[in-house]
Amino acid sequence: MLQLLMAAVALRGGDDALVAVRPVAIVQGALAIAAMAMLIAVFWRSDMSVALVAANSHSAKPWLYKVAGAWGNHEGSMLLWVTILGMAGGAVALFERRLAEPTLVATLGAQALIALGFYAFLLFASNPFARLDPAPLDGAGLNPLLQDPGLAFHPPTLYAGYVGLSVAFSFAVGALVTRDVGRDFARAMRPWVLAAWIFLTLGITAGSYWAYYELGWGGWWFWDPVENASLMPWLAATALLHSVTVLATRDGLRAWTVMLAVVAFSMSMLGTFLVRSGILTSVHAFAVDPRRGAFILVLLALYIGGALTLFAARVGTVRQGTMFDPVSREGGLVANNLLLSVILGIVLIGTLYPLVAAGFGVQLSVGPPFFNKAAGPVALALVVVMAAGPLLRWRRDNVQAVIVRATWPIATAAFAFAALIVFAMPIGVLPLLGLSLAAGLAVASVAPLWGRNLRRTPLFTWGMVVAHLGIAVSMAGMACDAAFTTERLIALRPGEATRVGPFRVTLDGLSPRVADNWSAVQARLTVERDGTKRELFPQSRTFTDPPTTTSESAIATLMDGQLYTVLGAADGQGRWQLRLWWKPFVTLIWLGGVLVALGGALSLIGRLRPRHRPAVEAWT
Amino acid sequence: MTAKRQRLVLVLLALGAVGVAALLALSALRDQAAFFYAPSDVATQGLPLGRAVRLGGMVEAGSVRRAVDGVTVRFIVTDGRATTPVTFAGIVPDLFRERSGVVAEGEFRRDGSFVASNLLAKHDEKYMPPELAGKMHETKTLAR
Repeated sequence: MLQLLMAAVALRGGDDALVAVRPVAIVQGALAIAAMAMLIAVFWRSDMSVALVAANSHSAKPWLYKVAGAWGNHEGSMLLWVTILGMAGGAVALFERRLAEPTLVATLGAQALIALGFYAFLLFASNPFARLDPAPLDGAGLNPLLQDPGLAFHPPTLYAGYVGLSVAFSFAVGALVTRDVGRDFARAMRPWVLAAWIFLTLGITAGSYWAYYELGWGGWWFWDPVENASLMPWLAATALLHSVTVLATRDGLRAWTVMLAVVAFSMSMLGTFLVRSGILTSVHAFAVDPRRGAFILVLLALYIGGALTLFAARVGTVRQGTMFDPVSREGGLVANNLLLSVILGIVLIGTLYPLVAAGFGVQLSVGPPFFNKAAGPVALALVVVMAAGPLLRWRRDNVQAVIVRATWPIATAAFAFAALIVFAMPIGVLPLLGLSLAAGLAVASVAPLWGRNLRRTPLFTWGMVVAHLGIAVSMAGMACDAAFTTERLIALRPGEATRVGPFRVTLDGLSPRVADNWSAVQARLTVERDGTKRELFPQSRTFTDPPTTTSESAIATLMDGQLYTVLGAADGQGRWQLRLWWKPFVTLIWLGGVLVALGGALSLIGRLRPRHRPAVEAWT
Repeated sequence: MTAKRQRLVLVLLALGAVGVAALLALSALRDQAAFFYAPSDVATQGLPLGRAVRLGGMVEAGSVRRAVDGVTVRFIVTDGRATTPVTFAGIVPDLFRERSGVVAEGEFRRDGSFVASNLLAKHDEKYMPPELAGKMHETKTLAR
């Protein structure tokens, strides 16, 4: 709050206040960290007089989950959000040197405004430190689905991404307020967008893998509203990332960049709203409370409404960027942004449609069939643009020259397509095209490196290559999973065997297992392929607090795929249910995701290092 | 083309993208959105054949039967007024039990039975999917 007041004063020309804004932002960040540390300490000590701990923790839990449980619930995760927000504001105050003073002050002011809203939310609607009197003897425990190392990393990573986007938003608002939308603004904002985007990419990849092995359905993406809540900001952030680069290097796409920054943050706020308001049915959803939902909705409306109003008022004064030919790198990036926006729009509509329909009394759900059918083809078009983009020259290029440069990628894609048709049919149209285009994209993404001195190639070019390659790898994994997975659902007696894909799976026997807070029936499976044997131990696990039963899948990761095994229930006649999948190359999905994040990291490092040769700047 | 023209073109393209997204989405929604049915809706609205839908209600006490293959299970879903027999091949969720809520995703067969590809049994006594809670409440008040 103090920070906002200072910023407001400073903008009105108080020179002394200008100096004060930075330290205030840093102090705010430090205070938020202290608050979060206190919450974690309370969980660590299993202090049951704090209502949150009593509702979500238990003294018998392993220490990792006691700590991670601090943010495995609504109030705690909101505090984590706000802490990261404070840290980000503090970091901007500490490290930002490129931006003009007034714009920086305006940026910090905007950031403070955002934080203010959330602090109010915490204080009035979600106090994590509310006490229980008298304190219960022990707590209700953490939902067993959440007792997993993934929990320790997934939320903080995603929140870092969301909050990073809030910084981009603040920059955009700051720039609009001081009418300073130009290259400096773009260069200042770019590392933040990159960092936020890297975190989001990692968070989504980790979340997908966690759901894959934890939920036991063999699926890696369910188009669940909460998953979409993280995907939508990512899509917007990807578009923003590409747009801000154009602004920083070519001084074009000004209005788009500012608009995308607003959209990206709006999506992360919308995501927050969807997840925490209980409006949507989901595996992920936190506890239902319409009052909280209403609060966030109001915050959402205020921030976005305010930003859009500001945008409308000021966009006329944002100067014209430099022009470019439709067939050019800029043109490619515009196409990229358009396609990403279309996908974003589709996901948004698909996610909100059930809500709107429910408002009219119609109950329906929108799932994978919709998203695949609507967004799939657009994503494929995007892949083509992604392959062609880096091959285009800035400002103006001609079509024939581009096609010549793209010979190898086109040939690779065609070859893959033909090979699949001949050897792998029948597979669906989407996986067929997806795999062919992924092959073409893989070749196209390394194309910018041809004929260059690799050691003198700028790090951010490597970043682009690696990130695009990562997308190709990930897509190949998705297509393989969709096209080549084989499944077997069967009930076996100990000693009996079955086949799945190229494997022979024998149920050797079952045994009991016990740990701190659970007991389980564990099956021993011997899986054999071409003479090589391995053992897998899927479990049906029962937790004590709260009492629930889950299946712990056992996965064998091999060079060419994963064998995924799940143990079900006994059928009362000595047989046990087993569900087995052979998923060729499915690990490429997450490996690709990691590559994408790595590409982003390379770009970030490349941009943050001090420039040695300004001449390099003109290219990309 | 002047710079101003180009900006106009870009704005129009952006709006066009939004329009395209909406069109694609709405046309796909027409046949891909899965409507929610309670057993008594079938009597009033007819069988939605050939579409993926959701069926929700309570698992009738004493109706769960396992088939000989050990992995197929048959049970009856009721909403207090009507019932629908369901077949499901797979590992049932842990919270699936008789006299408890369930939402089945799948398709209806011509004979009025339901083939489920997925079962959702919610994980919190405090939490009931809004769809289910609304319908159940509706039935209870009417039946009184």
